Amino acid sequence: MASNIFLAITITFMYAAPLILTALGGVVSERSGVINIGLEGMMVMGAFTGAAVGYYTANPWLGFLAAGLAGGALALLHAVASVTFKANQTISGVALNFIGQGLALFLCRLFFEGATMSKTVPNPMPKLFGFLGLPQVDGILAQLNVDMTFIIAVLLTVVIWFVMYRTKWGLRLRAVGEHPAAADTLGVNVYAVRYAAVFISGILAGFGGAAQSLAVVSLFTPTVISGQGFIAMAAVIFGKWTPHGAMLACLIFAFAQALVVLLGGGAVQISPQLLSMLPYVLTILVLVLFVGKAVSPKADGVPYEKGAR
Amino acid sequence: MKQIEKALRRPITGILISIVMGFIVGAVVLTIAGYSPLAAYREMILGVFSKPKYMVQVIIRATPLIFTGLSISFAFKTGMFNIGAEGQAIMGMVTAAVVGYCIELPPVIHFIAVALAAIVVAGLWGALVGVLKAKFGIHEVISGIMLNWIALYFNNFMISMPWLKKPEAEASYEVLESSWLVVLNSWKTSDAGREWLLDGTHPVLSDVLIRTDLNYGIFLAIAAAALVWFLLTRTTKGYEMRAVGSGADVARFAGINVNKNLILSLAIAGALAGLAGAVVITGTMPHRISVLTAQPGYGFDGISVALMANTSPFGVIASALLFAGLQYGGSSIQAELGAPSEIINIVIGTIIFFIAMSGAFRMLADYLEKRRGRSDGK
Repeated sequence: MASNIFLAITITFMYAAPLILTALGGVVSERSGVINIGLEGMMVMGAFTGAAVGYYTANPWLGFLAAGLAGGALALLHAVASVTFKANQTISGVALNFIGQGLALFLCRLFFEGATMSKTVPNPMPKLFGFLGLPQVDGILAQLNVDMTFIIAVLLTVVIWFVMYRTKWGLRLRAVGEHPAAADTLGVNVYAVRYAAVFISGILAGFGGAAQSLAVVSLFTPTVISGQGFIAMAAVIFGKWTPHGAMLACLIFAFAQALVVLLGGGAVQISPQLLSMLPYVLTILVLVLFVGKAVSPKADGVPYEKGAR
Repeated sequence: MKQIEKALRRPITGILISIVMGFIVGAVVLTIAGYSPLAAYREMILGVFSKPKYMVQVIIRATPLIFTGLSISFAFKTGMFNIGAEGQAIMGMVTAAVVGYCIELPPVIHFIAVALAAIVVAGLWGALVGVLKAKFGIHEVISGIMLNWIALYFNNFMISMPWLKKPEAEASYEVLESSWLVVLNSWKTSDAGREWLLDGTHPVLSDVLIRTDLNYGIFLAIAAAALVWFLLTRTTKGYEMRAVGSGADVARFAGINVNKNLILSLAIAGALAGLAGAVVITGTMPHRISVLTAQPGYGFDGISVALMANTSPFGVIASALLFAGLQYGGSSIQAELGAPSEIINIVIGTIIFFIAMSGAFRMLADYLEKRRGRSDGK
């Protein structure tokens, strides 16, 4: 029993890492007032870049960083559209999902002899013990050997929470998302803050994609990212647009997925298809029972026009 | 000058410029990757227009996208983002598969029964999103995404039922031919029909009828577009729903029941997406549902179709044809040149990206007007 519980926790952390990283990106972007539906596309770009760089350099950390840059680059397009050109952010996000998916598979075919799958990376992202250089151990202690990507995700949650609620820039970020005109009056450069926020969200989503392709499966396939970006987006709303809330939402969701894996092992007689619905049903139930109405940042999705009332 | 400003302000101009931009960006990417864009686009155009049967294939592929595109356009007009169209379409497919296989009815009536059942089930699936939003304040994007996955696993669950699962297949039984929407289906498979089609005197007709699943769905889709347009612009109910869409508080103040309208419009959006599923099952091979490992994409593609049409119901027909044409033609780029067919997703994404920015064209018009105003004032 105890080992089952530990196993559930390990699986939860594994599934949660990509979701948390991406959801943090969603939080930063939406708190600045820019809806980012393109998270999925940025994750796909990150997943591909991570796997490709990880394969050719044999260094997962380089792959991870490159994935962040790739996601960020894609996000800059979103920023140009939604901040400079006052585009409809939902539409621009949908466009980026197409571009991200298309570009990743296009590049994959160019770099991997026409295949839509990358080759397996020689070194996936290490787990904690490997990172610290500790020897492998057996028994309960082995369960502490969590993915480094999960530890990065938790650390970044703390960092982003601190930046958002304890620094001047964080206050500006939130002000720009609630009332850009007021922030502008006080001398905050609304456009610059939003550009930065969207760029950061892309970097984080790129990390999220790489966490999937470099830690969970160690290669890129067309389906390695299938809906995680949208789940992360839901987690942002579920977590009421806070970094810690979004992390908790991702953990709940990932835990439900871990339950699916564990219960599917045959302990309980239940149709695997019905069991697979669990994470999604649970998310809705938790929202109905505990979370209630979500109030988005006031200026979320509204382009800022200087001088307009 | 004035004409240019005026043209820049019209939505259709923005859409046309966006389409051109999509192809330009696609050409640049192809060139960088070492392929000739002219050859690629030539293959694409040939892949769509060189034979009537190809054009029919595009129409067949466009049909479900018109329905999901209408579903999403309709929801947009009433102020909601129906990202759940994907799941609603799946529910339509499952319902069509069950009603089409388990119930025996005469032709035509059988299809009507299938379509009505799909409308009801998918409509309820859509209404569920509305109820969750109206009663519990759950954002339609979250519940839509969750319900998409629940629908996917429901589809797989139904296929695990022994009364529906075809032995030795990861799929259900085919629906009965009485429910099929295929053009002249019983005639073209009869001896007389085969003889007439294969005697070599009607190459085009035989190509289209034998080698494609040409079905009546496209007419239903056009009728649905007309119906949506009528509902939104010519009825009180449609006006109420649009009022809720443009501002819930104002609508409430005007005595409109916001929650009721919200649920109703998502139910209608769900029903439209459900019809997409019904048309796929009754209109095209293999006339059955299969185990899904990923979302089939009718709903997600419908989002793009709706956006390319600027959410206009009749525009959806054109944009679904364009979308299906790009995807169908794109596959021949891969086959003929070996260039990645994913270039099409980049082209489509770029088109939508520029449509999102079409405000820029209006900004340009403002700028031109200002400049003209200044020079007139001299």
